[in-house]
Amino acid sequence: MHQEAAIRKPLILGEKTYGEITDDVLASVTGKANKQWWIAFGIASVMALWGIGCILYLIGVGIGTWGLNKTVGWAWDITNFVWWVGIGHAGTLISAVLLLFRQKWRMAINRSAEAMTIFAVMMAAVWPGIHMGRIWLAYFVFPLPNHFGSLWVNFNSPLLWDVFAISTYFSVSLVFWYIGLIPDFATIRDRMTKAVPKQIYGLLAFGWTGNAKAWNRFEEISLVLAGLATPLVFSVHSIVSMDFATSVIPGWHTTIFPPYFVSGAVFSGFAMVLTLLIIMRKVMNLESYITIKHIEYMNIVIIVTGSIVGVAYLTELFISWYSGVEYESYAFINRATGPYWWAYWAMMTCNVISPQVFWFKKLRTNIGFTFFMSIVVNIGMWFERFVIIVTSLHRDYLPSSWTMFHPTFIDIGCFIGTIGIFFVLFLLFARFFPVLPLNELKTILKSSGEQYKSKAEEH
Amino acid sequence: MEFIFSKRAKITFVALMLIGVLAIIYGIFNGGEHGHNRLWANIFVNGFFFFAISIGALFFLALQYATEASYMIVLKRVIEGITQFIFIGSGILIVFFAAGTFHLHHIYHWMDPMVYIEFLEDGSANPLYDSIITGKQAYLNQPFFWIRTILYLGVWSYFAYLFRKRSLLEDAQGGTKLHFKNMTSAAIFLVFFAFTSSTASWDWIMSIDTHWFSTLFGWYVFSGIWVSAMIFLVLITIYLKNKGYLPSVNDSHIHDVGKWMFAISFLWTYLWFSQFMLIWYSNIPEEVTYYITRIEHYKGLFFGVFFVNFLFPMIILMSRDTKRSIGYLITVGVIIFIGHWLDVYLMITPGSLGHLEFGFIEIGMFLGFLGLFLYVVFNAFTKAPMTVKNHPFLEESEHLHI
Repeated sequence: MHQEAAIRKPLILGEKTYGEITDDVLASVTGKANKQWWIAFGIASVMALWGIGCILYLIGVGIGTWGLNKTVGWAWDITNFVWWVGIGHAGTLISAVLLLFRQKWRMAINRSAEAMTIFAVMMAAVWPGIHMGRIWLAYFVFPLPNHFGSLWVNFNSPLLWDVFAISTYFSVSLVFWYIGLIPDFATIRDRMTKAVPKQIYGLLAFGWTGNAKAWNRFEEISLVLAGLATPLVFSVHSIVSMDFATSVIPGWHTTIFPPYFVSGAVFSGFAMVLTLLIIMRKVMNLESYITIKHIEYMNIVIIVTGSIVGVAYLTELFISWYSGVEYESYAFINRATGPYWWAYWAMMTCNVISPQVFWFKKLRTNIGFTFFMSIVVNIGMWFERFVIIVTSLHRDYLPSSWTMFHPTFIDIGCFIGTIGIFFVLFLLFARFFPVLPLNELKTILKSSGEQYKSKAEEH
Repeated sequence: MEFIFSKRAKITFVALMLIGVLAIIYGIFNGGEHGHNRLWANIFVNGFFFFAISIGALFFLALQYATEASYMIVLKRVIEGITQFIFIGSGILIVFFAAGTFHLHHIYHWMDPMVYIEFLEDGSANPLYDSIITGKQAYLNQPFFWIRTILYLGVWSYFAYLFRKRSLLEDAQGGTKLHFKNMTSAAIFLVFFAFTSSTASWDWIMSIDTHWFSTLFGWYVFSGIWVSAMIFLVLITIYLKNKGYLPSVNDSHIHDVGKWMFAISFLWTYLWFSQFMLIWYSNIPEEVTYYITRIEHYKGLFFGVFFVNFLFPMIILMSRDTKRSIGYLITVGVIIFIGHWLDVYLMITPGSLGHLEFGFIEIGMFLGFLGLFLYVVFNAFTKAPMTVKNHPFLEESEHLHI
C-alpha cells in the first residue's frame, strides 16, 4: 500500500465517508440553486448581454468603434485576448503537470480549474474573431484547400501558429476535462430520481460501468493526455508571445518572452482559480475538500511564478540598458517614466511586489487576504499585457506619429461582456456539473483523509 | 552502507587526470594561432561544465527540500556527493578569471583596458576604442565582476556545505526540526539562485561575446546546468546500484530520474529553440551576429548538438520501458552528456577563438577534468553512509511504486 509520511497535512478534513463525499459534491446538482447563485447569475447575465450588445454593434459598424488609431493598431483587443489565454493555463497545468508530479492536492481543484480554462480559452478566441471585422470570413484563418484563389494563409506568421496552438490546446483540454467527468456523470446518473435528468446524465456518462477494466483505461488515458497536454501548456503561451517577439519592435522583440509568458500565464491562471474557488468552497460548503492547505499550495505557486515574472521584468530592464541599443533603452525608459508610467507601475506593484507578501505563512493561509490578492494579480496581469502592447506601440520609430490610446465605450463594453459570459458559463458549470472529481477524490481518502491519518499516527 | 572507493576506480581516475595534464602541457606548447586562448578556453569549458553539474545537483536538492518531494530521498546521498565538487570547481573558475584579470588570456574582451580609452595621449583617436563596451562599463568592470563572482561562488558553496552538514546531523539526531529548517534554507537558496544563475551566466559566458545580448541567455544556460546534472545523476545512480550500494533504489526510482533526464532535455530544447528562432526570425544585426559566427564556423556541430540533445532523449526515452531500462538510459545518457558538454563548448569557444579547433587538447582536457570530477565525487561518497537515516520522508521514498 502507498505509504504517506506522518508530517504531511491531511487533504480531506473531517470524518468523511465515501458516501458523504458524494453527497457533499453533488448537493448542488441534485438540490435546488440557492439565492446567492441566482444573484450571481443575474449580474453575470446582465454583463454578458451588455457585452454581446457591444460586440454586435462592433460587428455591424466596424472596428472604428474601438479606440484604435494609426499608431496603436493593437490595444485592448489583444490585451484581453492574451489575458484570457493566460488565465486559461492554470487548468491544464493543474490537471496535467501536477498529475505527472503526483500531487494529490490537485484533485480538489482540477475539475473547476479545467472548466475555467475551457471557458477562458473560449473568451480569448472571441477577441481575434471580432478583431477581424468581418467575422463571417473567420474561416480564412484555416489553411483550407485553395478555393480562395491566390489567398492563402501565411505559414511564416506566428498569428497563424496561434490558430493551431490554441485550437489544439482547446481540444485537448476539452477531452481531458470530459474524460475526467465521465465517472462522476455516472454517479449522478445513478443517484438521479427524476427521469429526464437521469436520461441526460446517462447519455453524458457514455455508459460508464465503473468496473476495474474501465478504471484501468481511465487511468491510462489520463496519463497519455497529461503527457500530450504538458507540452501544450508551454506551446500555447510561447506562441502567443511570439506574436510579439518575432517582430522588430523595441519592447516586443526579446528572447525571454516565451518562458516568461508561460510563467505569467500560470500566475494569472492560478489567481483566477483562487478567485473562483474561494467563493465556491464557501457557497457550496466544500471547505473540507478545498482546505487552507490547498489555498496555501496555490499561493506558493503564485509566489513562484510571480517571482519568475519579476526576474524576467528585471532581466528585460537590465538588458535594455546593457544592450547599448538606443531604441531598446528608450522603450523601457518610456514604459517606466513616459505617459503610461501609471500602467507600468500598476503592473510592477500588482505582479512583482505584492505577491511577495505570501512569504509570510500567516498571510498565505488567510482566506480573505488571498482573495484580495487574487484580484490584485488579475488586475496586474491585465496591465502587463496592456503595458507590453500599448506602450511599445504608442511611441514608434517616427516621433510625428506618437500618440495615446483612449478606449471607447465599445472597448470597455466588449471586455466587460467577456467577463460576464465567462461567469455565466462558470456558474452553469457549478450548478449542473460535479465541481470536484469525487470518484478520484475517494482514492486518496484513506491515505490523506484526516481521520485515517490520525488513526495511522496512533498505531 | 559504506562506499568503498575501489583501487581500480582510483587508478582509472588518476590516469584520466594524467591525460588531462598531458593535454595541458601539449596545449602550452602548441596553442595554435590564438596563443593561450585555446588552452584557457578549454579550462573554462571543462571547469564550467563540471561545476555546472554540481551546482545543478545543489539546485535539484534544494528543489526537493522546498517542494517536500519524497521520491529522491533514497538518492539523497548521491545528490549530495555530486554537490561536493562545488568547492574545487569554484577554485578552477577563480583561477580562470584571475588569469583573465592578469591578461594571461584574452577571452574577455572587456577586460582589456584599452577599449575604454577614446583618445590616446597624443590626442589621436584610439583604434582599439570600443564605444559599445564602454557603454557597459558600469556593469562590466573588474572590481564589480569580482565582487559578483565571489558572491555567487561563496553563497552557493555555503549552501552546499550547509545542506551536507545538516544531512549528516539528521542521521544522528532525527526528528523533523532539521527537515523544516532545510525547507526554509532551500527556499532562500532558490531565490538567490534564480537571480544569480542568470547574472553569473551573463558575467561569465555572455560577456565573452561582449557586444551581444539576449534576455533568455541566463535561463538557457540554467536549463543546460540542470539537464547535465540530471544526466549525471542517472548514470551515477545506475553505476552505484549495479555495485550494490543502493539497495532501496528500485525500478520506480530509476524511472523517475529517467523522467527528469527526459523532461529537462525538453526544457533545454525549448529554450535553445526560443532563443535561436526569435533571433533568426527578426534578423537584427546586433543580435544575429552571435549565430552567424556559429553557423559559419561550427555549422555541423552547432545544429548537430541541437538535434542530438533533442531527438535522442525524445524518441528513445518516450516509452515507459526505456526509462526503466539500464541499457537505454546509459546509451542516451552518455550521448547527451557529451552533447551538453559540446553545448557549453559552443557557448564559449566561438567568442574566444573564432574558428573551430578541435583535437587532443579538447579531448584530453575533457578526460582530465572528468577524472578529477569523478575522483572528488567518489571521495565524497566515502565520507558518509550511502543511505540516509531518520529523514521524515524516508519510508515514503522506500515504498515508491509507480
